[in-house]
Amino acid sequence: MSKEEKKVNRRDFLFTASYTIGAVGVGAVIWPMIDQMNPDKAQQALATTEVDISSIEPGKSITVLWRGKPIFIKKRTSEEIAEARAVKLDDLPDPQRDEDRVKDGKDEWLVMLGVCTHLGCVPLKDKGDFNGWFCPCHGSHYDVSGRIRKGPAPTNMEIPKFEFVDSNTIKIG
Amino acid sequence: MSEHEYVPKSKAGKWFNDRLPLLTLGAHLTDYPTPKNLNYWWTFGGILTFCLITQIVTGIVLAMHYVAHADLAFASVEHIMRDVNYGWLIRYIHSNGASMFFLAVYIHIFRSLFYGSYKSPREVIWIIGLMIYLLMMAAAFMGYVLPWGQMSFWGATVITNLFSAIPLVGDSITTWLWGAYSVDNPTLNRFFSLHYLIPFLILGLVVLHIWALHVPGNNNPVGIDIKKPSKDTVPFHPYITIKDAFALLVFMIVFAGFVFFTPNVLGHSDNYIPANPLVTPAHIVPEWYLLPFYAILRSVPDKLGGVILMFGAIFILFVLPWLDTSKVRSAVFRPIYRQFYWIFVLDVLMLGYVGAMPAEGIYLVLARVGTIYYFAHFIIVMPVVGLLEKTDPVPMSISEPVLTGGAEPSLARKVNDKV
Repeated sequence: MSKEEKKVNRRDFLFTASYTIGAVGVGAVIWPMIDQMNPDKAQQALATTEVDISSIEPGKSITVLWRGKPIFIKKRTSEEIAEARAVKLDDLPDPQRDEDRVKDGKDEWLVMLGVCTHLGCVPLKDKGDFNGWFCPCHGSHYDVSGRIRKGPAPTNMEIPKFEFVDSNTIKIG
Repeated sequence: MSEHEYVPKSKAGKWFNDRLPLLTLGAHLTDYPTPKNLNYWWTFGGILTFCLITQIVTGIVLAMHYVAHADLAFASVEHIMRDVNYGWLIRYIHSNGASMFFLAVYIHIFRSLFYGSYKSPREVIWIIGLMIYLLMMAAAFMGYVLPWGQMSFWGATVITNLFSAIPLVGDSITTWLWGAYSVDNPTLNRFFSLHYLIPFLILGLVVLHIWALHVPGNNNPVGIDIKKPSKDTVPFHPYITIKDAFALLVFMIVFAGFVFFTPNVLGHSDNYIPANPLVTPAHIVPEWYLLPFYAILRSVPDKLGGVILMFGAIFILFVLPWLDTSKVRSAVFRPIYRQFYWIFVLDVLMLGYVGAMPAEGIYLVLARVGTIYYFAHFIIVMPVVGLLEKTDPVPMSISEPVLTGGAEPSLARKVNDKV
């Protein structure tokens, strides 16, 4: 009886060990098959872009491509900055101060990902109910700071990592 | 599969069949006892098989000329249209074929809903069918991306961004799907690979769908169980094959009408503009067959909520066999449910219409009403009507109403008998 039991136990151990090793092996093979779909080295290499901003007039904006996505670079007028800062945080679905969306001392430069946070369309400039951007796909309205005000988008338009290389050049990424 | 044992006539046939019983399978399919009262709504299974074969054959040919690269895809599609011999014909058959495929599958699904074909014992057939439908939508979506026009690019952007609504891991999943930081060349490349794969997965599921069908046999317009074979059945060949062939010919006339006279009417003209990641078209619409679900997505003012409801609209169909509490299968004998059925059909058509319109004003209101009714039909109407409804008498057999000139009450059995 005890001998039989011992045999069963040894077999149990073999089963468990085999399944475990098998699972690790299957996992080790599956992970590369999954990870190969993530952005490759060539895509990651496009991670920074330098942009000359010297020719942008106040109140105007340009759009540049970074990592396949549009970046809005807008030189805001002092009225536009004042308008953005006059908004009460309680009126914002995703409360964020305008000061936190620009670099200190460079308040006129709004640099943001020109991608609607709803489903990724490119919003149109100088449209919508809040003097900012309007997404034609599903009707999201953004204000002059790129903050969501009305519509299905859940968050403000994203501010990418960027820095001023000198007063006429910014580096995105 | 209870027919007598099949024995091939020739010696060679017997030799082969003993080793691989393909001839037995052929005999089963030929003799397969089919209800004799199947109407033309039952011909769409054969039509759908034709659609699948057409898409596979034309697709393999198109892949010989198409280039799956962001810089070359658009030009290669134009090359197919202008330079390749009969390329215009093959591409128009393939692009319109997708619409014809969905037209047929919607008729097939609504036939099943009317006659209760999803009900016991055919739940597994229904679920496999829904899996085919899901794969069809995936294949159609990815196929629409391949020409790399404006609608391709922005349709792909919107649909892949649906996954970014998933909490915590949404953005990682979206980047993983893209293989880049936006819809880009890696996205196009993998969509082409998967677009080529999915039809063969569908083909495999179609085999299982038919296999599962041949276990209980066909449902029928009266919706009762029948003895097989009996005076209520006819052999599949030649009775059903000839009827299916006739319906297929009529279907092919409609198909050819689109291909030869209005090949672009079901598409969107913006897709003849090359993809531009900086400009979103003013009005993004999916292909017509996805519009009801698009309307549901847009009817919710919350990103995650819209995505959940849109997928929920499809996945609720999987539990339909258990939401329907009626003992009677066919809506022919369900006077109350029959009316709700047609309201539901109108509701889906209305959702399709508002899905093509801008999401504002009256269209948004209609989309919300339509969405609420869509779910109410499954969650409230189906269980409640099934319990409360007084159904009409169901005939004993298919032959009965035919031979007696109508389902007379004296001959009809009560609903609470085993149906």
